[in-house]
Amino acid sequence: MATVLPGKAAPGMTQRTRRILMKTALFFGLGLGAIFAGAPVLWMLSTSFKSNGEVFQNPPKLITESFSLDAYTAILTNGAQLRFFLNSYIVAIAVTALTLLVGILAAYAFSRFTFPFSRTINAVIVSVQAVPPITLVIPYFGLVVGLGLYNTYPGLILTHMVFTLPYAIIMLTAYFNTLPKELDESVKVDGGNSWTALWRILVPISVPGLIAVGVYTFMISWNEYLFALALTRTDDMRTVPIGIQLLMGQHSYEWNQMMAMSILGSIPVLILFLVFQRRFIGGLTSGAVKA
Amino acid sequence: MTTAPADPMIKQDRVPPSEPVASGPKRSSVARRLIPFGYLSPTIVLITLLMIVPIVMVISYSFRDNVIVQDNSVFAGLANYTEVLTDPDFLAAIKNTGIFITVSMVAHLLLGLGFAMMLNSPLLGNVTKSLFRVVYVLPWLFTIAVIAVIWRLLLDPSGVANYVLQTLGLINEGVNWLGDPGTALWSVTFANIWSGYPFFMISLLAGLQGIPGELYEAASVDGASPWRKFVHVTLPQLRPVIISMAVLDLIWTSQQFALIWMMTGGGPLNSTEMLSTFTYKLAFSEYEFAMASASAVVVLLLTMILAFFYVRQQRER
Repeated sequence: MATVLPGKAAPGMTQRTRRILMKTALFFGLGLGAIFAGAPVLWMLSTSFKSNGEVFQNPPKLITESFSLDAYTAILTNGAQLRFFLNSYIVAIAVTALTLLVGILAAYAFSRFTFPFSRTINAVIVSVQAVPPITLVIPYFGLVVGLGLYNTYPGLILTHMVFTLPYAIIMLTAYFNTLPKELDESVKVDGGNSWTALWRILVPISVPGLIAVGVYTFMISWNEYLFALALTRTDDMRTVPIGIQLLMGQHSYEWNQMMAMSILGSIPVLILFLVFQRRFIGGLTSGAVKA
Repeated sequence: MTTAPADPMIKQDRVPPSEPVASGPKRSSVARRLIPFGYLSPTIVLITLLMIVPIVMVISYSFRDNVIVQDNSVFAGLANYTEVLTDPDFLAAIKNTGIFITVSMVAHLLLGLGFAMMLNSPLLGNVTKSLFRVVYVLPWLFTIAVIAVIWRLLLDPSGVANYVLQTLGLINEGVNWLGDPGTALWSVTFANIWSGYPFFMISLLAGLQGIPGELYEAASVDGASPWRKFVHVTLPQLRPVIISMAVLDLIWTSQQFALIWMMTGGGPLNSTEMLSTFTYKLAFSEYEFAMASASAVVVLLLTMILAFFYVRQQRER
């Protein structure tokens, strides 16, 4: 790239060979890393297309003779498995909607008002993130049984919000803080109150931030395992992560179906991530470092 | 007296009378002070119900007996705590959790830093860079249940991990990675390392991109080698990110339940028993909710110690 002066030809050559060496080493490292990261995923994908008898064949093959979509059809035509997906969608969508609604209101209070104990309340909300789920699951069991919510959607939706709400409030407060206050003041000049300012002005221009928080909320709820395990009992209330585990016991290790179910269960999160990749990573790293 | 100046006087006189009317605005200012609490009320109700009440409940359970399953709970003092803290399984769980979280954290950091530095290399084009980044982020996109299933498949005694290692001549015969008490803890730790490094990588990559180029140029002028640049420019600049990521990772990994539960269930012979699985079993397998609560409170205290370091580190920044 750099023009080499005639007098510096010799050092230029060594620099070029050094550059080639460095590039080779770099791509070697990148390749090893890609195998480490990608090979297990590739193997999951490959196993989902095999017949169960070929899963542990020796020597192992990436693509076998009986390559088929049978494992996927088996999952997608089984009512019990489809119920896991339905449950996960119901819970995750409800958690996302409620988290955004409650989060918007709280973030608006923190961003636009000064009031007593705001710092204390904020500190409590931040500290919720550090409380271990295993500590909460025991009293949640008592609470959820006491409220008659054991083995119900509301029981799961409510408890999932302990993970999603603090994050949503922190991120949305930061987002609202970046928007100039003059915007909502203008509504008040026209006779509107703070409520109209929030819904007519702030929320419409915060859609990108709301999407990022919503995607993250959906993913947390979709992936949640411990509460879904402890607070539901019957198979018709189980979510996808528990369904994957149930598949492990029920069918004496139908590995191909387990992998197909794992891939199907990962698709919503994969799509959301790929579509919102940039915004999502940016929000997450800043959130993690701030929170 | 001319009427002209009188008018402003009257007007001025009329202004003060509007002052008593200001009790109207005053009343509304009390109302206005309540407005933010109106917006916060759903949050306050939820946080009280989902955190404050449960923590009070779990602490009170931990000092009682016959909780949740029976109604006749009685005060038990510290009996649950002495029983839990002297339980050899609990002590094994503490040791295993300690190994699990420190080894995972160090490996996450080294892998995350290594991958981030490779991706940040100026020798890479933009397309190559984003391609490799997507591949490296992959493990992070799968839920823990899926990661557990993937690694059970790979680490099966007749699985592909044994085949590859035997072909490379690294082991002589197939190892029962998850079934042997000697290898099970390292196997679940490896799976956790695989699933967790991308988060470090992403944060460190952001950190690397934030280091001003002049620092490296100045180091080059001083004739610093790449290694010296790494030690004297890169590491000091990344230090705050590294420390906060490390503490966060210790907290998160200590809370890991699903991976262990689905890969080994804490076995074989308690070799992968963690504080989370130990507590869960006490509560939901043995229905010893009072003892489980004592264990859960100990977990909460240990987490608070880590969180305290995290907050202090954040303040120093």
